[in-house]
Amino acid sequence: MREFARLFTALDQTTRTNAKVAALAEYFDRAPEADRLWTVAILSGRRPKRAVTATRLREWAAERAGLPLWLFEESYTIVGDLAETIALILPPPAEEVDLPLSHWIAEVRQLAALDEVAKKPRILAAWEALGGTERFLYNKLLTGGFRMGVSQTLMTRALSKATGISEPDLAHRLMGDWSAEATSWEALILTDDPTARLSRPYPFYLAYQIEGAAEDLGPPDDWFAEWKWDGIRGQLICRGGEHFLWSRGEELMTDRFPELAAARDWLPDGTVMDGEILAFADGHPLPFAALQRRIGRKTVPKKVLAEAPVVLMAYDLLEEGGQDIREIPFGERRARLTRLVEDLPPEAPIRLSPEAAFTDWTGLATQREGSREAGVEGLMLKRRAAPYLSGRRKGDWWKWKVDPLTIDAVMIYAQAGHGRRANLYTDFTFAVWDGPDLVPFTKAYSGLTDAEFNRITAWVRKNTLERFGPVRRVTPRHVFEIAFEGIQASTRHKSGVALRFPRMLRWREDKPVEEANTLADLEALLQQYG
Amino acid sequence: MAKPDLLTVAEAGIYCAAGDFYIDPWRPVDRALITHGHADHARPGHARYLATEAAAPVIRYRLGVAVETIRYGEERRIGSTNVSFHPAGHVPGSAQIRVEHKGEVWVASGDYKVAPDRLSEPFEPVRCDTFITECTFGLPIFRWQAEAEAMAEIDAWWAKNRAEGRFSVLGAYALGKAQRLLAGIDSSQGPILTHGAVENVNDVLRGQGLPLPDTLRVTPEIDLKEHPGALVIATPSAMGGPWMKRFGQASTAFASGWMALRGVRRRRAADRGFVISDHADWAGLGQAITETGATRVIATHGYTSVFRRWLEDQGYEAGVITTQYEGESLDAPEEDVVE
Ligand SMILES: [Zn+2]
Ligand SMILES: [Zn+2]
Repeated sequence: MREFARLFTALDQTTRTNAKVAALAEYFDRAPEADRLWTVAILSGRRPKRAVTATRLREWAAERAGLPLWLFEESYTIVGDLAETIALILPPPAEEVDLPLSHWIAEVRQLAALDEVAKKPRILAAWEALGGTERFLYNKLLTGGFRMGVSQTLMTRALSKATGISEPDLAHRLMGDWSAEATSWEALILTDDPTARLSRPYPFYLAYQIEGAAEDLGPPDDWFAEWKWDGIRGQLICRGGEHFLWSRGEELMTDRFPELAAARDWLPDGTVMDGEILAFADGHPLPFAALQRRIGRKTVPKKVLAEAPVVLMAYDLLEEGGQDIREIPFGERRARLTRLVEDLPPEAPIRLSPEAAFTDWTGLATQREGSREAGVEGLMLKRRAAPYLSGRRKGDWWKWKVDPLTIDAVMIYAQAGHGRRANLYTDFTFAVWDGPDLVPFTKAYSGLTDAEFNRITAWVRKNTLERFGPVRRVTPRHVFEIAFEGIQASTRHKSGVALRFPRMLRWREDKPVEEANTLADLEALLQQYG
Repeated sequence: MAKPDLLTVAEAGIYCAAGDFYIDPWRPVDRALITHGHADHARPGHARYLATEAAAPVIRYRLGVAVETIRYGEERRIGSTNVSFHPAGHVPGSAQIRVEHKGEVWVASGDYKVAPDRLSEPFEPVRCDTFITECTFGLPIFRWQAEAEAMAEIDAWWAKNRAEGRFSVLGAYALGKAQRLLAGIDSSQGPILTHGAVENVNDVLRGQGLPLPDTLRVTPEIDLKEHPGALVIATPSAMGGPWMKRFGQASTAFASGWMALRGVRRRRAADRGFVISDHADWAGLGQAITETGATRVIATHGYTSVFRRWLEDQGYEAGVITTQYEGESLDAPEEDVVE
């Protein structure tokens, strides 16, 4: 696994895209075929499943290190990563061996089938045989949550460099339903297996948030606008009499949204649509919370089905009559999509994402102001002449979200971060005034710069009033502007509200603590937007 | 009735009533005993300073104050106590301070490192009843490799960059870490440049006779083209700023104990992180404590509450005192004060 560890370290050590691609391409050139295939699998999110529970791993690692479990747990809190904690806490290996990545993956897959008594000696033996990064990587394979910090786009670019096959071809071949056990380098990468094509989705095209002013995009006539829906992005495929629903994370969600099975009754074979899955009733989207109740469920109870029925809000057509039409300009794709969806009866679980027609940017900005009332996140802008690209790219698609809601709040508790920010206080609890009292209403841990986290950390150390385990109560002194996307009533919170995506927008050092917002201000926001 | 503690924490810092002096106080006092010159331990504004002969020049330079000196191991009567300073292995001149009163012995460790490097006076264990220990890296995830191994990693990184015609910019504290690196690496490889804050401390330490390889201060006047592939020792704060621009596509690295954690390594966004600390690792803390023979151990800066529980598990009478020392913060102001 030394070669793979070298690759991992090279990727981990640099932030430069070209260096990452070069390291990957070199690896794809040199590593054994089985290792290359597993690397592609891991980098496209097809990781081996967890082979042993985290609880046992902690116990065995603490025991092997001769440390009490509580001390292991404290260390884990700081490191923030189980595989890394174990790698660091164990004594150095007795004798290191170098076996290929595919060997260790096979080992981990075999382990999964064994009972715990049989697993333990094999895992201990592996820890004795692997040191440093290799031990860390082995633990990552064991715990099943392995990510390498390289986007699929970069991986595809490196693969293209190493094989000479074009990037779009490779990107498409790597989509959908394949596993490293069941295929080979030859079948997956070098030749295109037609039997795999039936369920295979197209790579998603992702947009960036717009950077400057919308009018900088040029003539309004070049652009198409629609709501930016607050649901789950999905690609609906109807081929060979079957249908498949894919998430942006290439997860097959077909069974989770049984309503969409009816699409087969209405859509012709050889149709692929891009759209948003929304909980939808009486012609309106329901709040994201309604959809949330269905995420993570493999089967959906009748009651939930009735309360939060879903539709696909279609906004693009990628395949028509079995033909890949991604190269056709968006304006034309949209016209074909409209023809396809317009005449569907209301019982079909497909809606057409309506156009937000506009003649000038100011007018569109006014429409955007209505986003929150309409239950959407803002607008999407799409260039009419653009093909359907893959991955996150700038230029032809832009998100134009509404500004977040904000409130000025007082920091009252601080907790150290972990992982990247193990030595800093980064997780804060915020409160608003209720008469003379401060009522906590949200936590937030992102949005400040590293320099700001450094400063607030030094301040927290010197202004701690009380400690509860890892949490410190601090002097109420600092006001932060908290931004969030939505607000709802909640019985689980003392303040009676729950926020969606709270984060720190600004450290208001100019603002005295008495001038922070009040519970009444928060309740007013709930009245208006909840 | 229990005897009062020989050392206590007062408003201004760790205080000894029997000798009427403070150790590394953070507010101005009459008499300050200073373990070493880092900014969180040696602060301005005291009336009298006492430090080791090797620590004094940097303190004088940084704070512009008069410093009375003491030799390692020399015993001095202060009030009704006997006080002596002993090598802490942290930075050149750093000391643990031993305080004896009526047969009872306390040692305040300051910052310390048990494993030797090629510059600082090696750590010496001091027998005592009560040991006030730092525990910056007081968790079992911290285990330092041998000095020679760590330095070899830096040598290899520098050699590779040199071959590619790039500068190697290495971030390290201006006082201690920077000079330890200079003394430890293979300085014959090529030219070594330094940030002004580092070079100022180099000058002071050279002046007191410490052997350091030749270095060249980076100034607007020097022509970097004359020093291709040079190693550049910089302060961590300089590395984040415009000062770095002149080195173009340099390879960057940090040397710190925090680099043991992948998350912190990644946050720094440097190409490399070398795990080199001037503080004791987990095993080093354990060894130091055992060798003092102390029955009571008090933890200061670092993972104090965890460390205290561990000590109690091991059968010590353990405590925590809250100080204003900062340990090895990657972003410590230590080097900024040296400018
Ligand atoms: Zn220090
Ligand atoms: Zn310190």
